[in-house]
Amino acid sequence: MISLRPSGFDELGLRRALSDRVLPLLVAAMTFLAALALGGWFGIASLSQHWRTGAGSALTVQVPDAQASAAGLPGTRLAAVLSLLTGTPGVASAKALAQDELAALLRPWLGSAGGHLSVPIPAVIAVRLNEETLDVTPLARRLASAAPGTLVEDHAIWIRRLALLTRSLQACAGLALIVVAAVAAAVVAVATRAGLIRRREAIEIVHGLGATDSYIAGRFAARATWLATMGGVGGSVIALPLLLVLANLAAPFSGRPVEPGDMRDALETLPPGLWFALPCLPAIAAAIGFVTAHGTVRRWLRRLP
Amino acid sequence: MLRFEMVGLRYDRAGYTPPARGRRSAADRRSGESRPPGRRQPLPEVLHDISFQLDPGAFRWLLGPSGAGKSSMLRLMYLAVRPTRGRLNLLGTEVTTAPRTALPGLRRRIGVVFQDFRLLQHLSAFDNVALPLRLAGRPEGQIKADVTELMRWVGLSRYLDLPPAMLSGGEQQRVAIARAVITRPALLLADEPTGNLDDAQAERLMQLFKELNRIGTTVIVATHNEQLVARHPAPALRLSEGRLVRVDRDA
Ligand SMILES: Nc1ncnc2c1ncn2[C@@H]1O[C@H](COP(=O)(O)OP(=O)(O)OP(=O)(O)O)[C@@H](O)[C@H]1O
Ligand SMILES: [Mg+2]
Repeated sequence: MISLRPSGFDELGLRRALSDRVLPLLVAAMTFLAALALGGWFGIASLSQHWRTGAGSALTVQVPDAQASAAGLPGTRLAAVLSLLTGTPGVASAKALAQDELAALLRPWLGSAGGHLSVPIPAVIAVRLNEETLDVTPLARRLASAAPGTLVEDHAIWIRRLALLTRSLQACAGLALIVVAAVAAAVVAVATRAGLIRRREAIEIVHGLGATDSYIAGRFAARATWLATMGGVGGSVIALPLLLVLANLAAPFSGRPVEPGDMRDALETLPPGLWFALPCLPAIAAAIGFVTAHGTVRRWLRRLP
Repeated sequence: MLRFEMVGLRYDRAGYTPPARGRRSAADRRSGESRPPGRRQPLPEVLHDISFQLDPGAFRWLLGPSGAGKSSMLRLMYLAVRPTRGRLNLLGTEVTTAPRTALPGLRRRIGVVFQDFRLLQHLSAFDNVALPLRLAGRPEGQIKADVTELMRWVGLSRYLDLPPAMLSGGEQQRVAIARAVITRPALLLADEPTGNLDDAQAERLMQLFKELNRIGTTVIVATHNEQLVARHPAPALRLSEGRLVRVDRDA
């Protein structure tokens, strides 16, 4: 029986000239790296978003010698500062941290003895603001006059530093993506050139029989697209578990509960944007394969009459 | 139909001739990497001042000693090389000035039987013969019917599925001939087509060529085989050292 399936008709012998081993493997490696870079991008974005909303509208106020009585006001210095804070427009809440909360904060630095230190520890007040843009300088001055030595720590400067760091890291991830895409294109171009040289005679024959440049380039591009897609799918699938592990490790920093071992929770820890971007990787790999192979073959064919 | 005016041909070292007009592309220049180093002077001209004209439906022998330039002249006619000088008009298209994109369509109207067959080794005999039809985008059902019938006619029905490497020289030549005529080309060029055939097969081939010629195909056959020419008298173009030394007209 004659095989009459032009869809599988391989007149240029590309099934062997562009083998299904090396190219998909290399593209898979590139896609894997791209997936990690993407994971980094989205991870940084969601962490910084979390920190910004968490820290952006907050102040920390330290009151040394908190239980002493305030100057010219009834009650302790701490009570005076607290009442001044709650009376300030723009302040949503002001809450003095309890002794054990403070101990928990200090534990990493002072060990478990932090709760029973003989050193005087200032009281710490966590303040939440309604607006991010409250000017803290006059507030700090008023607090200091009520309880001298009181420190107001504005988080805005940290937010700015964090934003700068975030943008730099994201730029690096973006740069990595561009480099990976360029390397993938180079890999496809090299493989296509090798295929052209291996199939030079068949190409010349088919060209002589009246095949157009776009026909021949299309045959190569179809093959390269298929191989790149396989590589792209493979690379993304391999990257997924690693991204899940990383997302799980990052979960505590973005305030999500850590429940190791539960796969469904693990899936939810991936930034949602990544769920959209990850399936795009094989499509991008396919596009790179198509465009690169098409262009490479067309340029090469210009040497034929 | 076919008009040569003072055509000259000089090969470049890649085996092609540069486009008649315009600068060479970057790809062309890079192909220089395969050139032997230190030998940059141009190759000698192999065809000089070729001028003749053929009407549609003509039959011509192309004769001349080995190295006279018969294959080179056919290469000009099937657009494997372009003239380095002069003017060449093929099937109404001015080849010397035509854009590259105009050539594939022209090639599909020209059938060629090569001296060395030039079959695709990884395809079956059937697929080799079907290739021109597929490149022309014919429906698969028609392809199957046409190819099967022609393969029966050249006596290769039993070998449809075999690759060329498993066929004898004569059988491969018949596959090459079938591939050349399957599209009913307007111009049929054959380079030493009987080289691997016995006398009976050569006669059969000549009958096929004459039949195609009778229904309007222009046929040019290059050969050394003087006996074959004697048995089938027809006008001839004779080449000697790259020059046309004899141009017969239709009787
Ligand atoms: N690809 C090529 N590159 C450079 N020179 C070539 C090329 N092909 C042929 N020639 C030269 O062109 C000249 C004519 O060769 P051609 O093959 O046209 O002769 P021919 O008449 O077909 O000979 P034969 O009867 O032996 O086949 C020869 O001198 C040959 O060396
Ligand atoms: Mg020859």
